[in-house]
Amino acid sequence: MYDISNYYKAATVEDAITLMKEHPEAKIIAGGSDVLIRIREGKMAGSELIGIRDIQEMNGVYMNENEDILIGAVTPFSHITSNDLIKKHINVLGRAVDQVGGPQVRNIGTIGGNICNGAVSADSAPTSFSLDAKLKIVGAQGERIVPITEFYLGPGRVELKPGELLTHIIIPRENYQGYTGHYIKYSMRNAMDIATLGCSVVCKVDRAGNLLEDVRITFGVAAPTPLRCYQTESMLKGKPINGDLYHLMETSVREEINPRDSWRASKAFRLQIGGEIAKRALMKAVEFAGCSKNGD
Amino acid sequence: MNGNKQLVTCIVNGEQVAEYVDVRESLLDMLRNRLGLTSVKKGCEVGECGACTVIIDGETIDSCIYLAVWASGKNIRTLEGLLGPDGELTRIQETFVEEGAIQCGFCTPGFVMAATVLLERGEKLSREAIKKHMSGNLCRCTGYHNIANAVEKVMKEQ
Repeated sequence: MYDISNYYKAATVEDAITLMKEHPEAKIIAGGSDVLIRIREGKMAGSELIGIRDIQEMNGVYMNENEDILIGAVTPFSHITSNDLIKKHINVLGRAVDQVGGPQVRNIGTIGGNICNGAVSADSAPTSFSLDAKLKIVGAQGERIVPITEFYLGPGRVELKPGELLTHIIIPRENYQGYTGHYIKYSMRNAMDIATLGCSVVCKVDRAGNLLEDVRITFGVAAPTPLRCYQTESMLKGKPINGDLYHLMETSVREEINPRDSWRASKAFRLQIGGEIAKRALMKAVEFAGCSKNGD
Repeated sequence: MNGNKQLVTCIVNGEQVAEYVDVRESLLDMLRNRLGLTSVKKGCEVGECGACTVIIDGETIDSCIYLAVWASGKNIRTLEGLLGPDGELTRIQETFVEEGAIQCGFCTPGFVMAATVLLERGEKLSREAIKKHMSGNLCRCTGYHNIANAVEKVMKEQ
């Protein structure tokens, strides 16, 4: 038995907003693969829960009239990976969330839950940052859109006010069309492990000119929140694709990230692999764009 | 508000089930304690070991981190549901025996359910892909080699 004081099921977004107003102390539960474990550990023991997993309008992936891709917050990881729109347009995100936990966890864990936990190690986070995703947040006062890059406030803290619900993750058309990307998760085990460090690189390549037209680089577990490497990005933009580019990537991100010492890995080790995985992720992203990674 | 109960109606191993469950119950508790389906093992209780793996609407989940109230309207399969009319084992179960993929047996129902979903998809996968699919289950005695052998063998046969 879980130490839960009550469970309320929300069938619609409106329902969830009403329930949050009626039960201001209640916690939101989506897939449960984090919340239930926290309750088991006694951290949220005795909570009232509002279940949002059955809200149909928040489940699934679709494209709107602007060709933005919307991912419902309670869409399980495995459904994102297998979705045709994701495979065709933003495969980098599908492959990234395919590295969460193990198969059973990916069948229940949701992308919205992953984001709202505010964990810097969330496997969805680096790629969502590199895609400049926008978050649709609904509350009693109406809805607002928050860039994901402004959503993470600190470890376990996100820009979500009481009574508000993350309903959709929006990947604007201009942020994915013509882009390819790759996420590398560095962890001790291949499954059921939390990232020691993660890096997602999304880029646009000018194949005719052999240039890196645009690039967005984000690290997980390299700072208290997922970290976009804006300086490195501006340094790399417009540069020819060759060995110098990768070398610059490697050295520049090491200057820009600020990982910590923890029992998982030392700061020095994280800096070392940080440069390496950023370089490899860029090589792979360039390769996916149909370019030779050496630019010839 | 202890003792708060909600009605759950679902299909378990092909049979309609209606139970008033405590909102605090996990699906694992419901399957074991109310329905007597003891193939569903209580291992880590935090979704890491996969011993409680069941199939819900064609997907594997860890029933320990799944609230029983969420099961409403779902089609749930446990190892007991694989049993043939005369007590026959499925091909993957037989192959687990042939390949020595069992020692203490505690993890076996979870592994068999994970393998069952994979084999029912009818895909031919590389050994690496098989291992990735089976990576949500832990075995603490035989290791994984023989388990992967068993899945690979059945996949080749079908």
